[in-house]
Amino acid sequence: MKVTEKDVAYVADLANLELSAEERTGMVRDLNSILDYIGRLNELDTSNVEPMAQVSDRYGVDESKQGSARFAYASREDIVEGLRKSLPQEVALENAPDADGTFFRVPKVIER
Amino acid sequence: MQTTHFSIDAARSAIQERSTTALALAEKHYARIQKDDGQIGAYLTLCKERALEQADRIDRMAAEGKPLPPLGGVPVAIKDVMSTRGVRTTAGSKILGHYIPPYDCTAVARMEAAGAMVLGKTNCDEFAMGSSNENSAFRPVRNPRDLSRVPGGSSGGSAAAVAADMAVVALGSDTGGSIRQPASFCGVVGFMPTYGRVSRYGLIAFASSLDHIGPLTRTVKDAALVLRTIAGRDPMDSTSVDLPVPDYVAELEKPVRGLRLGIAKEYFGEGLDDEVRHAVESAIDKWKHLGCEAVPVSLPHTPYAIPTYYLIATAEASANLARYDGVRYSYRAPGVKTLSDMYRRSRDQGFGAEVKRRIMLGTYALSAGYYDAYYLKAQKVRTLLTRDFEQAFRKVDAIITPTCPTAAFRLGEKSNDPLAMYLADIYTVTADLAGIPGISIPCGETKEKLPIGLQILGKHFDEPMVLRLAHAYEQAA
Repeated sequence: MKVTEKDVAYVADLANLELSAEERTGMVRDLNSILDYIGRLNELDTSNVEPMAQVSDRYGVDESKQGSARFAYASREDIVEGLRKSLPQEVALENAPDADGTFFRVPKVIER
Repeated sequence: MQTTHFSIDAARSAIQERSTTALALAEKHYARIQKDDGQIGAYLTLCKERALEQADRIDRMAAEGKPLPPLGGVPVAIKDVMSTRGVRTTAGSKILGHYIPPYDCTAVARMEAAGAMVLGKTNCDEFAMGSSNENSAFRPVRNPRDLSRVPGGSSGGSAAAVAADMAVVALGSDTGGSIRQPASFCGVVGFMPTYGRVSRYGLIAFASSLDHIGPLTRTVKDAALVLRTIAGRDPMDSTSVDLPVPDYVAELEKPVRGLRLGIAKEYFGEGLDDEVRHAVESAIDKWKHLGCEAVPVSLPHTPYAIPTYYLIATAEASANLARYDGVRYSYRAPGVKTLSDMYRRSRDQGFGAEVKRRIMLGTYALSAGYYDAYYLKAQKVRTLLTRDFEQAFRKVDAIITPTCPTAAFRLGEKSNDPLAMYLADIYTVTADLAGIPGISIPCGETKEKLPIGLQILGKHFDEPMVLRLAHAYEQAA
């Protein structure tokens, strides 16, 4: 068992998830079974292998260029409303579960 | 046109020649949806007003004798992970159950600019996480070919809508196989283009280094037509590449004689159903008959693809899904007293079990003390998997594999075993990790009349080769 109930509670806290006692038990079982399977990655020696975070830094770019020059096409002027207009305030608030017409409203943040 | 079973070109030219109207095609599709979708469940939201507005625009063009755009009057379905302005977009999740986007996804906007009529939004696994469509927060989708079976996932609604003639084509998204696997289960064509070929602006993010948008269609030519429409650089998505878009339709007719097809033993090993193996091998014989050569290749790191995928995809998902906080546009739990309570209870009530499982796995893999052992390790193995393909493609023009180890399974068959469900993607996740294009096309049926699919994988940005081989097989079969 790699993952304990305590680990699950800790990770749920990091992820801002409220899990019921029943969910926590299921999560311990599922995570252990998945991590067990994932353990097979340790069969591979990767000490001299570069990690790959992205596909698009290697393919579809001009390989004669280096570093950020490869992505010059993706840069733009640093100006307000460069690619599109910002959403008007009333549109930005339309999907809010709670708003007062000017701001998003949330429960009190600071206790005193 | 008596039925709703026709191609893009047939629809467009019938409207152009005024033997039908876009309005009539839209109405016929809505009638079909009304009649059949109760038992299938492919659609979550219909947007009739929007479709009919577009129909009117197309019909006026036809009446004035103007040439119709390439998708003029074609009824299409959009997976509910792509934002549509003014039309509810849920990602199959309760947490976005009432979300109405203020802007359009680029791929959807390009489809409409090319004349397509968006009929509605299709059902999917929650946040595109799943291989059976049973993870939808609203209802499962059933396979139109056998209602006791799953349509595959996560683009199950899109595949089912096209298979059941409730749309001519659909857009789906693919992070680990979510276009190709349901296409295979439902007997349609599903095409995932190269990473960066199609803009993801407006796609609700699952795993950003793996997410792709692509078409589900009934013919390879329709897939080429849709790809030609949605491909190309978009300034709103910095990962969309700045390469010219070839005329994919013109490429279809090029000869396949002399092409070399890679056959990797790693995709024909343990766990592959005999009927599927036989169907794919027969298809390879068909290509040989057309003058192609089958060449053995090795992709030795394939057995490590699923663990690699489930670390990278979940790590990225845990970050992407942090935005659902109950403040700006997502569900908020009632009666919460503090900010932290609001975050936690909103997410607990808003997310389904599989989404929580993946957020937990991804958060764990990124957490202090485990980052090197899991996330970094997976990124290194991703390099090895990509090198496998680079080496194989020095010898061959494309690689042929089964799309899935089996035909469609039954509802409930794997839903209590997350690992068994993950293994349904065993032949598809590799292309997402390497960023190469892959198509699934139908290649026969099982004795129980369930569709079987095969997969063609190509080099980065070699969509023309993948489409050409798929088209040649489709015409010969």
